[in-house]
Amino acid sequence: MQVDIFLKKKLHNLSFILLLGTAVLGAIILTEYDVAKGFSSVPAAIQWALSNFYPDSESMEKFPDIFEKLVETVLISVAATTSGAALALLFAIAGSSTTQFNRFLGQVSRTIATVFRNIDMAVWSMILLFSFGQSAFTGYFALFFGSFGFLTRAFIESIDEVGDSSVEALRATGAGYFSIIFQSVIPSSISQMISWILFMIETNIRSATLIGILTGTGIGFAFSMYYKSLDYNAASLVVLVIVAAIFIIEWVSNYVRRVIL
Amino acid sequence: MRVKPYNKAFMVIHGTLLSLVLLTVYGFYSFDYKDVNFVEASIQTLQNVKMMFIEPHFSHFTFQEALYQVAITLGLAFLTTVFGAAIALFLGIFAAQNLTNKAVSAVIKGVVAFIRSVPTVLWVLIFAVAAGLGSVAAVIGMTFHSVGYLIKAYSEAFEEVDKGMIDALKASGAGWWQIIFQAVLPSTATYLVSWTFLRFEINFAVAVAMGAAAGAGGIGFEMFMASGFYYDIQEVGMITYFILIFAILLELVATRVKKNLKTAEV
Repeated sequence: MQVDIFLKKKLHNLSFILLLGTAVLGAIILTEYDVAKGFSSVPAAIQWALSNFYPDSESMEKFPDIFEKLVETVLISVAATTSGAALALLFAIAGSSTTQFNRFLGQVSRTIATVFRNIDMAVWSMILLFSFGQSAFTGYFALFFGSFGFLTRAFIESIDEVGDSSVEALRATGAGYFSIIFQSVIPSSISQMISWILFMIETNIRSATLIGILTGTGIGFAFSMYYKSLDYNAASLVVLVIVAAIFIIEWVSNYVRRVIL
Repeated sequence: MRVKPYNKAFMVIHGTLLSLVLLTVYGFYSFDYKDVNFVEASIQTLQNVKMMFIEPHFSHFTFQEALYQVAITLGLAFLTTVFGAAIALFLGIFAAQNLTNKAVSAVIKGVVAFIRSVPTVLWVLIFAVAAGLGSVAAVIGMTFHSVGYLIKAYSEAFEEVDKGMIDALKASGAGWWQIIFQAVLPSTATYLVSWTFLRFEINFAVAVAMGAAAGAGGIGFEMFMASGFYYDIQEVGMITYFILIFAILLELVATRVKKNLKTAEV
């Protein structure tokens, strides 16, 4: 009997590997991915980066310019996340099965959030570019819509984690809907929510770079400008500045998480 | 029992919220609005959105071509996820503190933190200099970021493996690889699969964006052309529908897989 089990396991594993292999092969053909070039390009890229991709003294003169763009991008990310979170909180309260005041409205708000979440920020930015042009609005709204969709799902999960027991207990004492929300639901899930907001700010700074490249604003525009004019020294400085900013934000949010969670 | 109302956590929560609000207000005040008339542009956006979603049509390509382009994007995301998962599985073992020594783990985690903090699009563009714009640069660049993300997720899952189980196997004379394959991987498999699926979902969205921003092909590139070159809002709407349907399908599959895993575990 024991042999059978091992044989079955082996066959199971083998069929899984075969399936995966076929799928990979299919994807390689479909996307015209050149496997040999894929392997050779990694050392080539590293070699190129070591000899060209570092900031030199000339690019340091552009630092104030780059820094100004970075501050703009960080502020847009924070503003979009904070305002997105405020709206997401409303939708999460309406959409969570624990706190919804009406089944139908709950379903509606969950659906709206799903649609916003699944239209990527890059797509939003291209739609918004039509009417808002290269202004700060384009990046702000693209990040706002994306953050709103994502945070609604995250907040619903945070609220559901708190559980119905405290809500039920308060309801039994005759507390009204708003006092349940403000006295029980929000206080007990606020630290989870802040953790999600901080995560979203980090993500948004990275996405803002992409949106900047697509729409010509902020730090992403600075990168693509230097990149396209082959000024790789300045471009590398942009990358380092972004990395530094993300490290600082990660450090701050880790501190906050350690204290509140 | 009386809980102290002004403890550290309370102060930090309120401090964080207050500074977020202040930064937001300052941000709104300092943004470069480029003299865009907000009301006019908003109305125009609403009209555009209405036209996009209510009257979508194809003009530069057909339904079959759109499906083919989505398949390319899915292919890019799939390749990236498989490559990323394979590399991350291997390196994740070495990054888990309970399976290797502290120095190796610290080095891998440091490098990975750096890789993760560089936006994916920058990785793709950096690789594009060496490999040229196209699927190679896109897959390699996206793989870089996936590896960074998955190593973090995997190694954290490995670190939560019950220490007693590893010790028991060690005591019975099992070698390091045996411990990995008989204890660590089987007991974390559910986490690994759900993290990998989550990454596949993210990679689909990233692949769309890379098509638009880094010429990686697929539906994202078509979208970039439709909006940036043809100014054809209705076609953008059609493409958005395509992306939306596939993204929601992926999300449903991911939720289903996670549920199955949870019930299989119990």
